[in-house]
Amino acid sequence: MSIRVIGENCNGCGVCVSICPYGAISIQNGIALIDLDSCDLCGVCVPECPFEAIVIEEKPTSPRSYLDYHGVLIYGEITANGVHRVVYELLSKGRELADKLGTELVVAFVGDKEFPSGGEVVDGVIARGADKVYIIRNEAFKEFLVEPYTDALVHLIEKYKPEIVLAGATSEGRSLLPRVAARLETGLTADCTGLNINEDGLLVQTRPAFGGNIMARIVCEHRRPQMATVRYKVMEEAVEKERRGEVVVEEFVPETPRTKLQRDVIDETQKINLEDADIIVSGGRGIQDAKNFTLLRELADLLGAALGSSRPPVDDGWIPYSHQVGQTGKTVRPKVYIACGISGSIQHLAGMSSSDYIIAINKDPDAPIFKVADLGIVGDLFEVVPALIKKLESKG
Amino acid sequence: MRIIVCIKQVPDTQDIKIDPDTNTLIREGVPSVMNPLDAYALEEAIRIREKGEAEVIAISMGPPQAEDALREAIGMGADGAVLLTDMKFKGADTLATSSTLGKTIEKIGNYDLILCGKQATDGDTAQVGPEIAEFLGIPQVTYVRKIEEINEKGAVVERMTEWGYQVIETPLPALLTVVKEINVPRLPSLRGKIRAKSAEIPHWGLRDIEVEEEKVGLSGSPTRVIEIFTPERKKSGEKFTGTREEAAEKIIEFLKGVSS
Repeated sequence: MSIRVIGENCNGCGVCVSICPYGAISIQNGIALIDLDSCDLCGVCVPECPFEAIVIEEKPTSPRSYLDYHGVLIYGEITANGVHRVVYELLSKGRELADKLGTELVVAFVGDKEFPSGGEVVDGVIARGADKVYIIRNEAFKEFLVEPYTDALVHLIEKYKPEIVLAGATSEGRSLLPRVAARLETGLTADCTGLNINEDGLLVQTRPAFGGNIMARIVCEHRRPQMATVRYKVMEEAVEKERRGEVVVEEFVPETPRTKLQRDVIDETQKINLEDADIIVSGGRGIQDAKNFTLLRELADLLGAALGSSRPPVDDGWIPYSHQVGQTGKTVRPKVYIACGISGSIQHLAGMSSSDYIIAINKDPDAPIFKVADLGIVGDLFEVVPALIKKLESKG
Repeated sequence: MRIIVCIKQVPDTQDIKIDPDTNTLIREGVPSVMNPLDAYALEEAIRIREKGEAEVIAISMGPPQAEDALREAIGMGADGAVLLTDMKFKGADTLATSSTLGKTIEKIGNYDLILCGKQATDGDTAQVGPEIAEFLGIPQVTYVRKIEEINEKGAVVERMTEWGYQVIETPLPALLTVVKEINVPRLPSLRGKIRAKSAEIPHWGLRDIEVEEEKVGLSGSPTRVIEIFTPERKKSGEKFTGTREEAAEKIIEFLKGVSS
C-alpha cells in the first residue's frame, strides 16, 4: 500500500501542495514530491489533481456482498419532551434519499413496555415521511444506556438490513452509533452537514474536516449499512402530511447492561436553549473579561435573546462551555445572531454562519466576521453595546 | 490500577489561518501539539494515581514525530508511553484507528480504565473512544465531567448532557471520554521534562500488536474521502462606521426590518 506521483502526468502545478492537510507535498524540480513520513494517506489529493498524477495503490477494504441491503433507517431519539426534533430533520433528508434510491424510509424507536405503538410519537414520524416504524421494546430500554441500545439497534439492522442508517449528532447519537458501527464493522461519518446519493447509488456524506477549515465528501463503498450522524439544526424539518404507514412492534431482550443510570439531572443553569433561541447575543475575545459578559447579558435580556460565546472566553473560563458556539461547541441557526468582539475564526463560523441574519460589532474593520455579516458595525463594543442598551430601554 | 490514556497529535488548529486571496489553508509554521482535549484525560489519570496506586500509560498512533506528544504526556506525569507507528497504519478512519488502539490496549493488558478526550480537534468525530470500548467489549461513558468515585471494581461518574447531567455507575474495566469541565490540566514540571527527554518510548508496528493487516490503516477503513472543498462564504453585507449612537440606531432599524 503506497502513494506515488506519476512523473509523466505531473506538471508541477502545485494544487496538491495547497490541498494537503499534512503539508506533506512539495514541488521539487517541477514535480510533486510526497514526504511519506508526513503523509497520512488520507487521499484528499488524489481527486484534486487535475492531471490524475497521484495514485494510492491499496488493497481495498474486503468487499462483502450487500445486495440484500435496502431502505433508509433513522434512529428515533426520544427526549423528555417526546421525539427529538433532529429526527424530523432527518425525516426530510431521509425521504429525499429513499426516493432517489426507490426504497423505504423507516424510523426505529427503542423503548420500554409502555412505549406507545400509536398516537403522537408514531403518527408524527409517519406524517413526516416514514413508511414504516419499528418499535423495539423491553424494560431494559426504560432509559438510554449505550450497551442495551446498541444491542437493540444491531439486532434491528441485522434483521432488516437497511443500506443507510442515520441518527442525530447529539450526545446520544454520537455515543450510540460508533458502538453500533464498530460491532457491525462498518463505516460511520460523524456530524454530517450534507447527505446525497451519487450516480453509483452511494451515500455521499459531507462534513467539516481538519478543524472545520475545509469540507470533505466521504463515502463508504464496501460495507453496509452506510452510517452517519447528522448535525442538529442544519437540515429543514419535514412538513406533516396526511400519510399512512406500517407499525411493527417487537420484543427484544438485550444483554444485561453493566452500567447503571443513578440519576438524570436537569440543570437549569446549563440549559440555555441556544439551539432554540430566535436571537443570540454572543461575545468573543473582545469581551476581555468575565465580568463584561454582564453587559451582553443585559442586551440579551432586553432582546429576549440567549447568550452565546466563541471559544476563547470559554477556554479562559469567563463563561461555561454550554454557551459555546462553533466547531467544538453548539451549532445554532437563530433568526438573528449578534456577534460582539468576535473575530470570526473558521471554527466559530462553522457553528453560526447559517443564521438567518448576522450582525457583527468589531473594532477591526478587517475581521473575517464581517465577511458573513449582513450588518457590520466597525466600532468598539464597549461603546456601541451600552448605547444600544440605552436606546432599547428608552423605547421600552 | 492500570490506566491507559489515548492521545492524538494534531495540528494546532488555533494557529490555522486562511489565505484571504486563495481561500486555502496556511499551514506553514503550524506546530503539532497534543490534542488539547486529551490533556484533560491525562490530567484525570494522574489525579487518580495521586489519590491511590495507579500506573498511567499513554498511547498514540501516528507518524514517528507523534512521539513528541507522548513526551509531553510523560512530562505531565505519565509513567510510560507506547507509539503505534507503521506505514500500514496510515490512512486509518475511526474504525481502523480504534481496532489498532484496541489491539494495543489488549497487548498491554491488565487494564482497569481507558481514558480519552471527548474528541480530537482535527477530526472532531468523537467516535474512536466508543469504538475502542466496543472492540474491547467493555462499558463506556462519554462526555464525563466528573469522576465522583473510583476504585478497582467500579466508578461513579457524571456525564454531561444537553439538558444537565447524568450520574452513571459502571464496573471496571471501562472506557471514559472526558470533557474540559473535568479539571484543569497541569503544565509539565521541570522534573517531568527532564524525565520525558530521556524516557524510552517503544515504537510498535503491525507485527508487534498481532493485528490482521486488513483491520488497520487504509485497508481497514470502510470510509473514504472522495472530495474536499473550501466552504462557501456567503453574504458580505453593509459595513457601517459612525458614532456609537448612530451605530445603535442602525442596529435597532435592522432588527425592526428583519422582525417584521
